[in-house]
Amino acid sequence: MSRIGEEHGPLMDLGTDRPQVPAKARNASPIVPRGSIAGRALVAVVAIMTFLASITTGAVLLISASASEWQSEVASEITIQVKPLGGRDLDRDTQAVTEAIRGQPGIVEVQPYSREQSAQLLEPWLGTGLSLDDLPVPRVIIARVAPGTALDIIGLRQRVTQAVPSASVDDHRAWVERMRSMTSATVLAGLGILALVIMATIISVSFATRGAMAANRPIVEVLHFVGAGDRYIANRFFRHFLRLGLQGGIIGGGAAMLMFGFSESIASWFSGTPVGDQFAALLGTFSLRSSGYLAVAGQALLIAGITAWASRRTLFSTLNDIE
Amino acid sequence: MVRFENVGLRYGLGPEILRDLNFQIPAHSFQFLTGPSGAGKTSLLRLLFLSLRPTRGLVNLFGQDISLLGKDEIADLRKRIGIVLQDFRLLDHMTTYENVALPFRVMGREESSYRREVIDLLKWVGLGDRMDALPPILSGGEKQRAAIARAVIARPMLLLADEPTGNVDPTLGRRLLRLFIELNKSGTAVIIATHDITLMDQYDARRMVLHQGRLHIYE
Repeated sequence: MSRIGEEHGPLMDLGTDRPQVPAKARNASPIVPRGSIAGRALVAVVAIMTFLASITTGAVLLISASASEWQSEVASEITIQVKPLGGRDLDRDTQAVTEAIRGQPGIVEVQPYSREQSAQLLEPWLGTGLSLDDLPVPRVIIARVAPGTALDIIGLRQRVTQAVPSASVDDHRAWVERMRSMTSATVLAGLGILALVIMATIISVSFATRGAMAANRPIVEVLHFVGAGDRYIANRFFRHFLRLGLQGGIIGGGAAMLMFGFSESIASWFSGTPVGDQFAALLGTFSLRSSGYLAVAGQALLIAGITAWASRRTLFSTLNDIE
Repeated sequence: MVRFENVGLRYGLGPEILRDLNFQIPAHSFQFLTGPSGAGKTSLLRLLFLSLRPTRGLVNLFGQDISLLGKDEIADLRKRIGIVLQDFRLLDHMTTYENVALPFRVMGREESSYRREVIDLLKWVGLGDRMDALPPILSGGEKQRAAIARAVIARPMLLLADEPTGNVDPTLGRRLLRLFIELNKSGTAVIIATHDITLMDQYDARRMVLHQGRLHIYE
């Protein structure tokens, strides 16, 4: 035996009675027994929370990506309507407006819809065999704007109305604004859900930590008796909780990634079908980019870190109450 | 090494159970602490072990006023104190060997550096063949010996023992007393709280008698 910092000879002489010292290490038991911490329940809670957080993040990323695709598509087109007026030739007016638009800098393509194409557009609602002569249906002209060009929409509007007073120009600004607000609202809602999930995780972990500390109070007291400081004791528990947090984070985040991968496969299986096309129109290809998978993985690690931080914080506050 | 001046202790709003304690425990000294049941022996030991704070008075341990110490400093001071409690406080999930080696493990020492010391001591206290046994299957006497071994293994500067021979037969009691005496000779100050007059008669040492909350010392 030796006093701290000193070396001494043996306290007692055992003579020939000295036992054989085994070569292998004997300190095999962990100081805090794993079974004393409600590990499975905590792993399940962290996994579920991570899964929900990952699904929320993935969904927000998907919606943002789709919305920005819609926005860029919509913003790269303008629509001009030429309304039929009594005494005017609609075909000639359409032609005049088309010419006026073609002269506008920044416009790369102009596609006027003919009478037959307009009838086809209305076919789903009004059926086949429709004669547009009986209806005051306006003619539509689609103009494609060169990417990155700031189009002079006021000048274009003036040129168009000079050519045909009944023509109107729609640059889809209202649509784009609405889409932007919807995307922002979705991102905010996602952040709100993430905040709630993280708060719920912290509360669950704090309760689990308190429970573990209460169950292991005798161990904490003995460790105090043998001179262990709070930091030493907290570290023994902290390792357990960090491991549990990582397990939960990996399970939850992995499950979410698998789900996104599976959804992507399903979307590709259904592509070409009416349902698949409808989904593709709404949500794009329903595929998370690699940066999205990285974000989900990072989030799983973040939740594991939050689990460890919450348990450490609770450990120290609980240890302060134990003399 | 230890100095108490006008120390008083009460639990909550109850009566003062220790009053006006004035004494010193010199280094390398040996003393018995005795008195009737409920006199406050265990409370005094807990004050000495810093697991209780006095409600009044000055406690000075190893030259430091304990009222000025934080938790980390108290933990450091406790490394110099060994304690044997009546309820043993062994960890049930650890073997006897691991329980006894715990102070070294907490100090962060490599197991190979203390394995022989632990095994020697376990053999000395008669637990050589119970090293791998878990406390729930040990008898009361075996638990007590394991608790004593854990308290003395790191050769503390101050050893506090609460009824350390209460659960062992007279022969083993004498053997344990010899262990405490050996430890004292190697420089540890020893305080043994006991009711056992026979044990006290076996060794001529200072007696501290608690009666009605007050301490009387017989050199």
